[in-house]
Amino acid sequence: MKSAVVVFPGINRDNDMAHALEVVSGTPAHMVWHADTELPDVDVVVVPGGFSYGDYLRCGAIAARAPIMDAVRRHAARGGFVLGVCNGFQILTEAGLLPGVLMRNASLKFVCKLVHLRVENANTAFSSAYAAGSVFRTPVAHGEGNYFADDDTVKRLEGEGRVVFRYVDAEGNRGTDGNPNGAINDIAGILNDAGNVLGMMPHPENLVEPIQGGTDGRGIFESVLAAVA
Amino acid sequence: MKARIIVTLKTGVLDPQGKAIEGALKSFGLAGIDGVRQGKCFELEVAETDPAAARAKLTEACEKLLANTVIENYHIDLA
Repeated sequence: MKSAVVVFPGINRDNDMAHALEVVSGTPAHMVWHADTELPDVDVVVVPGGFSYGDYLRCGAIAARAPIMDAVRRHAARGGFVLGVCNGFQILTEAGLLPGVLMRNASLKFVCKLVHLRVENANTAFSSAYAAGSVFRTPVAHGEGNYFADDDTVKRLEGEGRVVFRYVDAEGNRGTDGNPNGAINDIAGILNDAGNVLGMMPHPENLVEPIQGGTDGRGIFESVLAAVA
Repeated sequence: MKARIIVTLKTGVLDPQGKAIEGALKSFGLAGIDGVRQGKCFELEVAETDPAAARAKLTEACEKLLANTVIENYHIDLA
């Protein structure tokens, strides 16, 4: 699997992401600077987490207008895979590649902890390595992860199986304390309509090796690896 | 030409910051202030001297960057 990680000023999870991509796929990722206008020939482009442009204006708003994003849009339009994690998810919504927006956490607090995700749709390029309905752990670290979209958009996402991951508690239940940010319908990760762009707030790249405390996050990368094979 | 752009959350969009500010106001004993919504204000200068052309340019700025029209409305005031 050939991959690229897009690097913006203020991004800080780029190396974690590149490491995870290499650990799972065996191939080092290309690091692509935001001012570049072309991507290398890759199967998957990852927009990693961090605080691009210091979260000025709105999280991800300025990064979404960076020169490289036109190349990311072209890659997505060709059917190439795009994964956005945390700030990357915010950037993809601001870039119009995913619907909705990530708002300030309902608690108004930055949340940094392990959460549980339930696989709502295992029939996607990003989740096929998990069993449908299974629950896995991932870390979250964000102040603006409160997913919001208008009613019609949420209905469409739910109806089309595009809510791929949902926050739940350790037992897989909703409505308890599993949702760390107030996201509508406990939405943690969504897919675009073509099924090749996924955005999620949690950080699967930080749980791919036993030394990190578990390998729950590997499934995301293994799924994409299988999809491009 | 100077301009001021006000960006506010659309009705129905939850504003936890506004709620927290409202709570803080109430904690001072300032009763009778409700429905606090936090927004943004941009002050800028446009080279354009024709008001209609300036407004068109600022509208483009709002649509492309200054507001996220999924959740925000914007209002342009020309000085």
